Amino acid sequence: MTEFIQQLINGLSLGSIYALIALGYTMIYGILRFINFAHGDVFMIGAFSGYYLAILFGFSSASGLMSLVYAIIILICSMIICAALGFTIEKLAYKPLRSSPKLTILITAIGVSLFLEYTGQLVFGADPKSFPTLVENKPVVTLGGAVIFSNPLVVLVTAVILMIILRMIVMKTKMGTAMRAVSYNMTAASLMGININRIISFTFIIGSSLAAAAGILFGLNYPKIDPLIGILYGLKAFVAAVLGGIGNIAGAALGGMIIGLTETFVSGYISSTYRDAIAFAILILLLLFKPTGLMGKKEIEKV
Amino acid sequence: MNIKKLVFSLTIFVSAFLLFLPGCSKNSQNEILIGEYESLTGSEATFGISSTNGLKLAVEEYNNSGGLLGKQIKLITYDDQGKPSEAATAVQKLINKDKVAGIIGEVASSRSKAGAQICQSSKIPMISPASTNPEVTAIGDYIFRVCFIDPFQATVISKFAINTLKIKRVAVLQDVKNAYSTGLADFFIKQFKEMGGDIIEVQSYSNGDKDFKAQLTAIKAKNPEGVFIPGYYTDVGLIAIQAREIGITAPLFGSDGWESDKLTEGKAKDALEGCYFSTHVSTENPSPEVQDFIKKYKTKYNMMPDAMSFLAYDAGMIMFDAIKRAGSTDPDKIRNEIAKTKDYSGVTGKISINDQRNAIKPAVILEIKGGQFTYKETVNP
Repeated sequence: MTEFIQQLINGLSLGSIYALIALGYTMIYGILRFINFAHGDVFMIGAFSGYYLAILFGFSSASGLMSLVYAIIILICSMIICAALGFTIEKLAYKPLRSSPKLTILITAIGVSLFLEYTGQLVFGADPKSFPTLVENKPVVTLGGAVIFSNPLVVLVTAVILMIILRMIVMKTKMGTAMRAVSYNMTAASLMGININRIISFTFIIGSSLAAAAGILFGLNYPKIDPLIGILYGLKAFVAAVLGGIGNIAGAALGGMIIGLTETFVSGYISSTYRDAIAFAILILLLLFKPTGLMGKKEIEKV
Repeated sequence: MNIKKLVFSLTIFVSAFLLFLPGCSKNSQNEILIGEYESLTGSEATFGISSTNGLKLAVEEYNNSGGLLGKQIKLITYDDQGKPSEAATAVQKLINKDKVAGIIGEVASSRSKAGAQICQSSKIPMISPASTNPEVTAIGDYIFRVCFIDPFQATVISKFAINTLKIKRVAVLQDVKNAYSTGLADFFIKQFKEMGGDIIEVQSYSNGDKDFKAQLTAIKAKNPEGVFIPGYYTDVGLIAIQAREIGITAPLFGSDGWESDKLTEGKAKDALEGCYFSTHVSTENPSPEVQDFIKKYKTKYNMMPDAMSFLAYDAGMIMFDAIKRAGSTDPDKIRNEIAKTKDYSGVTGKISINDQRNAIKPAVILEIKGGQFTYKETVNP
C-alpha cells in the first residue's frame, strides 16, 4: 500500500508535466489543425531560461520564503520568454504558410524543432546542466509509511493552478470565446469580425508559456537538463494529447495524467524495459476502439 | 539544359572539388598520426575531455623529447557525442581519411565496441583506455585495453559490499541500453550470490531517462541494505537525488562509470554522501608516478585529473612505446608489440597485456565525502 501511494504521487507529478506540454499541442491543433512539433523544444527553452535566470539573479540555494518569491519570479519570467518565442515562431515560420498545404507547415514545424535543438546544443553546450534548487525539497506528510516530499506536490499544485487559469481564460473571457469560435469554424469566426491572426498569436503565447512552466517544473523534479530533453518529453506529451482527444483541452490534461501514471506503474510493477511499449500499446488499443481519443469529438469531414 | 544552368552547375562542381583538394594531400612524412575518438560532448562529456587531456600530455612528452622514431606525433581527435553510431563514423574517418597508425578510444564500452569492429576489420590496432566490458577486446586480435575487466570489478565490489560494508540484501539498478552496465550487473549478481549475498530486486532504466522514481520506489519497497548502480555519472547523480527524495537511506554503490567531477554536482552532492564506487586509481595514492602526473596535469589544465585521464595517458604511452619497439608505423608490427607489453610501469600501476589483450591491475574503492572522492581501499587481482 505504501509503495502504491508513493507510485501514485510519482505518476501524478510526472503526468502533470506531460499534461502541461500536451495542452500546448492540443490548443494549437484545435485552432490551426496542425501538430506543432517544435512545442517540445519550447519546453526545453523554458527549462534553460529558468536555469540562466537563476544564475542571473545570483540564486544559489533555496531557503525560506524569499526563495519561493524568487521561484515564482523565475517561473513568470521564463513563461514570458517562451511566450515571446512561441509568438515569434508562429509569425516567422507558420504564418507565411497559412494557406499552403498542411504537409508544408508540418515539415516546417519539424525544421523549427531541429533548429531549436541544435542551436540549443551550440549555445548551451551538449552536456547536461544541473538545475538549481529553486524550492527546498522537504518531506511534508507521511502517508502510511510513504514519505511524500514537497517537490512533487509543488509540481502537481502549480500544474493544477495553471490548468484552472487556462480553463477560466478559455471559458470566461472574450478572448477565450473567440478562441473557441475560431477552433469551431475559422471562416465563420472571421466573418463575425474576429481577428484570426490575433487569436492564433494568443494561442501560441498561452501554449508556449505553459510549456515554459512545464520546463521549470521539470527542472525542479529532475534537476538535470540538456538541449535534447524536448524530443522525448515532447513526443510523450503529443501522445498524451492524442490519447485525450487532440483539440480537447480537458482531454490533454487527462491524457497527460494517464501517460504519467501508466509509465510509473509499468516501471514500478512490471519492468521499465516495457514502459514505453506498454504506454504506446494502450494508445493504439484506445485509438482502435475510439479513434477520436478519450474526449475528442467526431469531426464531420465536409466535402 | 540551357547554357546558363550548365555553367552554374560546373562552377559549383569545380569549386566544391577545389575546396576538398587541400584536405586530401596532407600526409606529412615527418609526422606519426594517432587517432582518438571520445565523447567530448553529450551526457558523458567529462569521460572524453579527461581522456583527451591525459592523452595530449603523453603526446606532448614524446614530442618535447625528440618525438617518436625521429618524427613528431600528431594526435587527431574526433568527438562522437556519446553515440555509438558517431563513434563508428569517427573511426571510419580516422582510418580511411586520416590514415592513422593506431587508435585510442573510447571510455564507454558500447562506443568502444562500435569502433573496435571497424579497427578489427581494417586491421588497425586500437587501445581502449577505460572500457571494462569483456566483449570489447573479444572482438579481435587488434583490440587492446589498459584497464581491468568487469568480472574482476564485480568481484571487487561484491567483496567490498560483503566484507567492508557488511551488507547482504542488495538491489540492482542497471541501464539496459548500455553494454557496460548490463554486463557489470550480471557479473555482480552472479558473484554476489556466490559469496552468500542476496539480490532482492533488479530494476532497469535507459540512458537518458530523467524519471527513476518508479523503479526506486519498487526498490525501496524491498527494503535493501544497499543499492548497486552500475551506470554513468549523469544518470547516477539524478538517481541518487531521487532515491533520497523517496526515502531510500541505504548506501548506493557503483563502479568506474561514476568517475567524474560532475557526479556530485548540485543536489547530488548531499544525495551521494557516504556512497562508494570502484575505480582504477586514487589521486591520493602517494606513489611518485601518480603525484607527478597530477602535478603535470594540474599545471597544464588547472584542474584535477580523474581516472580517465590517467588511463588515457597510459594507453597513449603504451601505444607509443609499442611503435618505438616496432621501429615502424606498420599496423601489424605495432599490434604485435602492443601484445608483448609486459610490466610496463604506467601511472595506473604495472601494466601487462594478457592473452585476451586485457590488462591485469588492482582496483581501488573510493568513498564520496563532501563531494570529494576519498581513498577507501585497494583490492588486488
